[in-house]
Amino acid sequence: MNAIIKVEQLQAFYILEILGKRKTVKAVNEVNLDIPENEIYGIAGESGCGKTTLLKALFAFIEPPLQICTGKVNYSLNGKFVNALSLNGKERRELRWTYISYIPQGSMSVFNPVKKMKVIYLDFLESHLQGKANRELLTLARQHLEELGLSPQILNAYPHQLSGGMRQRVAIALSTLLKPRIILADEPTTALDVVAQRAVLQLMRDIQHELKNTIVLVTHDMGIHANITTRMAIMYAGRIVEEASTQDIFSRPLHPYTQYLIQSLPRIGDKTTRSSVPGSPPSLIDPPPGCPFHPRCVQVLDLCTREMPQLQDDETNHKVACWLRSDQNVRHP
Amino acid sequence: MGILKDLFKDYRFAVGFILLCLLFFLVIASFFSPYDLIKWLQVPRDKAPSRSHLLGTNSKGQDVFWEATFAIRNSLIIALISGFISRIIAILVGFVAGYKGGITDRILMGISDGLLVIPLFLVLVLVAMLLREALTLVNTGLLLAFFGWAWDARTIRSQVLSLREREFTQTSLLSGNGTLSLVIKEYFPLTIPLIFSTLINNIAWAIGMEIVLAILGLVRLDIPTLGTTLQWAITYQSMLLGHWWWILTPVVLTIVLLVALYGFSVSVSEYLDPRMRIQRIGAK
Amino acid sequence: MSVTLKAQNLTKVFSLGGLFSRTKIIAVDRVSFVVQPAEIFTLAGESGCGKTTTARMILGFEFPTSGELLYHDENIQELKEKKEWFKKVQAVFQNPFETFNPLRKVESYFCETIWNFHLVKTQKEAHDLIEEKLQAVGLSFSEIAGKYPGELSGGQLQRSSIARSLLTNPSLLIADEPVSMVDASLRMSIVNLFREMSDSLGLSVIYITHDLATAYYISDRIAIMFRGNMVETGPVEAVLDKPKHPYTKLLIDSIPQPDPLKQQITPIKFLEEREEYLRKGCKFSGRCPEVMDICKQKVPEDVSVDGEVVKCHLYQR
Repeated sequence: MNAIIKVEQLQAFYILEILGKRKTVKAVNEVNLDIPENEIYGIAGESGCGKTTLLKALFAFIEPPLQICTGKVNYSLNGKFVNALSLNGKERRELRWTYISYIPQGSMSVFNPVKKMKVIYLDFLESHLQGKANRELLTLARQHLEELGLSPQILNAYPHQLSGGMRQRVAIALSTLLKPRIILADEPTTALDVVAQRAVLQLMRDIQHELKNTIVLVTHDMGIHANITTRMAIMYAGRIVEEASTQDIFSRPLHPYTQYLIQSLPRIGDKTTRSSVPGSPPSLIDPPPGCPFHPRCVQVLDLCTREMPQLQDDETNHKVACWLRSDQNVRHP
Repeated sequence: MGILKDLFKDYRFAVGFILLCLLFFLVIASFFSPYDLIKWLQVPRDKAPSRSHLLGTNSKGQDVFWEATFAIRNSLIIALISGFISRIIAILVGFVAGYKGGITDRILMGISDGLLVIPLFLVLVLVAMLLREALTLVNTGLLLAFFGWAWDARTIRSQVLSLREREFTQTSLLSGNGTLSLVIKEYFPLTIPLIFSTLINNIAWAIGMEIVLAILGLVRLDIPTLGTTLQWAITYQSMLLGHWWWILTPVVLTIVLLVALYGFSVSVSEYLDPRMRIQRIGAK
Repeated sequence: MSVTLKAQNLTKVFSLGGLFSRTKIIAVDRVSFVVQPAEIFTLAGESGCGKTTTARMILGFEFPTSGELLYHDENIQELKEKKEWFKKVQAVFQNPFETFNPLRKVESYFCETIWNFHLVKTQKEAHDLIEEKLQAVGLSFSEIAGKYPGELSGGQLQRSSIARSLLTNPSLLIADEPVSMVDASLRMSIVNLFREMSDSLGLSVIYITHDLATAYYISDRIAIMFRGNMVETGPVEAVLDKPKHPYTKLLIDSIPQPDPLKQQITPIKFLEEREEYLRKGCKFSGRCPEVMDICKQKVPEDVSVDGEVVKCHLYQR
């Protein structure tokens, strides 16, 4: 399995100054991740776990108060790995939308409300494909929409005339116009209802199938992960706590947090009582010492309150960061 | 006081506050003036600044320094009356129109828009011409207030319209609050920065308008204000005659006053802004 | 014992547009249902189906264009004072961070509710009442005392909102998407609360959601809404385990199951809202896999099928 992005020891923090006091939000805290080619890769985690920041880092979109303290985000370009964070502004801009594209959360409000979709598309295409006439670009846009099963009539509408689901699909279509190798999607279906969501996920699956690229899908909804991702990572308090194929995560969750997450999901046809994870997600400004999950963990050991467990592979390409599974602490899972 | 300390960290507030304090001392000083500014020829005319007359004397035979203290005091009175009265009207109209909606809204906004469309300058000049003798400080203030509320009423209304849609409006209603309680407890705290910044804007505007009216000779020229002082200085050709102290005084004082108001307004508005207040709650 | 709430042919029409071109959107179209005491009744459907508008009409924030709403057989619209109504009916909303004014302390709403409705006579009784309701939702006064909404988590805020709504001992609680903005790991404990309160206090809950899994988990009966119509109503096991209306079938099919072995393979058609609202005949006929000619001409009637009420030509004799 080839990696298309390699993240090494990444630490991305928000440094805030309020009334002279400095606060550091440790949004991404020592993350190591290999994102494979030709797959839909999921990152699961709740609000405030750092997943949006991780996506921004993957997209090399670092603006104050966000800062990269250490680490690399390596893109696979022409057979070599290049640290995207070391590239200058111009080089990053060239890569955006052609190599890697980003669909932000709430992308439905990303369109200029007083411009028709046609104009938005043309603006986008013109800035990346110089030297072509408008007519040619429009034909390209129409073809692209048809390929994805969307009606080219959309181009004549204003954003507010389209429903939420439709706008989201158009946003996705726009991000794939230049056939990027990686697409980063941040909670693409959060504000949508179930049927619109299904249409959006369908579209993403079709795109991945067609372009054979990688889609990194970030969402807290485990149902979506089960449905379209092939491999996924679970994020908690700025760290990756478990990483494996989607099948493995659901059939054999190893980290207590993952176990809780999967167990607590209600299913139709099943009225047995479910419970939530006790406690609440930790603050990223002041995370607990040792393993960040330990205050809420039922199986907590003394070691957990002092030292942070590292991600370890259990020989089946299933990584987990937990003292219960670590071979330094001999226990049978 | 913790609040003052926090505010002083902003240099704009520090500058504005100090300048306003200075001007305030001048205003207080005006009550101790040894001269009566209505009377002319109390001191030798057109003398340059000296030990006995800090800012020299003017062509009317008055001490410029004491004239200045009265000028600031009176200009501020006009501006403050204009500012506060127009706020009251703007708040009443804005809140009622925004919350009630429907026909009430349309009527109130119709009146407000009507006032906005009137060519302000022409009407002010007309009215001032007709009422010249009656334009005491208070009346000038009221006149300016009458023309100063329309724009801000609409701004406040927009705020109220958006606040009406927020979920805490419903929570408040479900907690048994009536419309008045709702508006005072829920909406006021969130609209205060808007009201405050428009207040300061209006004060600054009133000061400017007063000067304009004075230069056109449309106010009672016997009452010393920043505008009338300037007007007299121009009439007596003080610039051409080299009596720089007389004409520079109102100009410099006006600039200082406006800069002070600006700094004060910007920093306090930012401090009162709900988003900043919310951030401060978390920072403790 | 009379039903808690009864809606008969409830309709709400919005006219949009300016002076020269007005379109009428029928947001809620002749909707009829009952809510029994101590039951959890779910209104489910996509966004834009009319469930929130129905809730707003029940609360009195919107007025029905036609139809009746009866509370214990009395017409709600004839109630003189809104305040009296809020003693009996309360609500919890979707966004816990917007439920309270960010510049006010959360406990101030509790105190207001108590004083406005004259619930107690002394300060001490007030304090006890607040503590009692907070305990019922799994919080304590010390946790929220003196705090502003920005200092509490989404879960705590939502629980506080529920506790506040319980202060007047209402007999009907409307919960509009109460957990959709709460972290996934905390959702179930809040959802469980509704079940507990319904069982212990005899509270009727109208649970509005588009998440059918949690609806299945806690409700007794459910109504599926589509573009303003109630298309299928009945006991939740009957409707969700054996759906009858094609739209219900589509909804259930579209829920992503948290099980990688059950992926959604069949592609679906997705039409724009406005087209469907203005459609003649059955509003779902544009994308119904079992559509017949009559569906495009005539609006279907409500038919009783297996203990449910279904609005579909497929079941008409």
